[in-house]
Amino acid sequence: MAQSQPRTRVGQPQPQPLADRLDGATAREAVPPAVAAPPTLGSAADLVAPRQRSLWGDAWRRLTRNKLAVIGLVVVVSFIAIAVLAPVLAPYGQSEVVDFRLTRTEPSWTWPLGLDQNGRDIFSRLLYGARVSLVVGVLSQGLVLLIGIPVGALAGYYGGRVDNILMRSVDVVYAIPQLLLVLIFVNLFGPGLVNIFIAIGLVGWVTEARLVRGQFLALREQEYVNAARVSGSTGWQIMLRHLLPNSLTPIIVALTFGIPTAIFTEAALSFVGVGILPPQASWGQMVGDASQPGYIQTDPYMLAAPVAAIGLTMLGFTFLGDGLRDALDVRGND
Amino acid sequence: MLRYIANRVAWFVPTILAIVALTFILLKLTPGTGIIPAGAQQISPDMIRRLEAQYGLDKPLPEQFGIYVANAVRGDFGESFAFRPQTVSSIIARTFPISLRLGAYATVFAVVVGVTLGVLAAVNQNGPLDYVSVTAAILFYSLPNFVMGFLLILLFVVLLPGRGVDLGFNIGGLESWQDWVLPTVALGAAPLATIARYTRSSVVEAIRSDYVRTARAKGLMERRVIVRHVLKNALIPVITLVGPIFAAVGTGSFFVEKVFNIPGMGPFFVDSMTAKDQPMILAVVLIYGIFLAVMNLLVDVLYGLIDPRIRY
Repeated sequence: MAQSQPRTRVGQPQPQPLADRLDGATAREAVPPAVAAPPTLGSAADLVAPRQRSLWGDAWRRLTRNKLAVIGLVVVVSFIAIAVLAPVLAPYGQSEVVDFRLTRTEPSWTWPLGLDQNGRDIFSRLLYGARVSLVVGVLSQGLVLLIGIPVGALAGYYGGRVDNILMRSVDVVYAIPQLLLVLIFVNLFGPGLVNIFIAIGLVGWVTEARLVRGQFLALREQEYVNAARVSGSTGWQIMLRHLLPNSLTPIIVALTFGIPTAIFTEAALSFVGVGILPPQASWGQMVGDASQPGYIQTDPYMLAAPVAAIGLTMLGFTFLGDGLRDALDVRGND
Repeated sequence: MLRYIANRVAWFVPTILAIVALTFILLKLTPGTGIIPAGAQQISPDMIRRLEAQYGLDKPLPEQFGIYVANAVRGDFGESFAFRPQTVSSIIARTFPISLRLGAYATVFAVVVGVTLGVLAAVNQNGPLDYVSVTAAILFYSLPNFVMGFLLILLFVVLLPGRGVDLGFNIGGLESWQDWVLPTVALGAAPLATIARYTRSSVVEAIRSDYVRTARAKGLMERRVIVRHVLKNALIPVITLVGPIFAAVGTGSFFVEKVFNIPGMGPFFVDSMTAKDQPMILAVVLIYGIFLAVMNLLVDVLYGLIDPRIRY
């Protein structure tokens, strides 16, 4: 920390070094892109001044400088591409039996990942499985954020009675074992892709709400929040412009774990037999199929492919999430 | 603080009631009563009606709920539909202590190893140790615990031959202390990774804060800075994780207990739902709910004690 001299932040108007130095805490979030130095008409210096960058533009620059984050981004983007392009890339259909006599065939040049217990091409099923996994992972987390953030934010910011009512409701949902609750919802709606991600989302938001609430609870006592309040910001402004940006770190970290958690919940459901409907391929189901006691010793390649796919996706999301976290943390060293 | 605790304890009763009520309503919304075993055939409608009457399933829902709660308060959770004539209480009394013990081991394992890995990773941020522990955490996390269980069995059977274990997965049972090791690792791996990650990001954040800069400027030894200033602040978010983790892990895991053949409570979380064994489902929900409520209260109280910025 030798270079801890106040550096002028990019995106920060130049003539305010004093404010920057005085309060490190505000600097973290008080860099809304709109506050860029107002152009003074007629000043020639403005024409050659460095281009103003937004907080997000800055974050992007830092993100792309981080090798692991770029790897993560590449992995995530490739998986999205694979999921979208599965029908084009896969040599066989997802439930197409290549040869019913060749069940559990080891990988070869013809079938790079082997054939499964029904004689289906594992490689093709893996590509199609990416679809299910990513759809379940991403959409369920979308639902989680949509419900979890507002609930946690209101509870953490307002405290008191609002907090009590909201968090007791969260406790109620939270207190029902998640897998059991998802099972109940699946039982209610029936199995299938859409119902599964809705069920996972409806169950998963409570973790997010608790996390956001804890963060808001700690942050609302900070000086800059008081300052914002004193200077007349409304509750919504404080939550959206001050508390939420400062809570991004744990939200993003939770998200990078939430997506694979959702993927595994789907896997668990498919493993139990109430997940994705059978002919459709899902990584979870493939793991379930391959981890039958008889197969795991004789045909470990069946397990290796889906586990590697899940692990790689996981790595991708985690590296990306970590990178994002560092990139969005304005206090970080470039 | 005492008032806060009393207030929270007073909330237990309505919370638990709401949990049971929500589960009860959701269960009633799902098709079927679960009174007839899935494979059974040729039961006359008359017989079904008699069975339903015997278990009070023909009464109006609010009355059913009232009867259930009244009995549950007296410790009577009824007969299991799937394991008649065993009572739910006798099944729980037999299986819960086993799951609890395994869960305690797994939690201790996860916290000790997870926090250590997380702190090491953060202190050596972007160094080799960081990559090693982050990758290890990700690998632990990315293997579902049933796969982890199978792999551990294979691995240890290969590495530790002569324990009389063949590859038939009859490793199950809990006779000697060694039998607890694999399930503990399989169960604790995912929470370990979660704890390590949160610890890492929390410590990284703390290291960059102004008070750490101040501590260093005062000339404190690095070790002291980390222990007294960084860890003290950074471990607060980690505490919030441990409560729910222990509640989740201590009530038994479906997969780990299935894989290792452990006679715990875990399988009921899934099997009783697939069988729609209502009394059993309500009982495990109740146990989990009470467990979690207590753990969350402990966490919140600790939170308030440790972090003076938080006021209740």
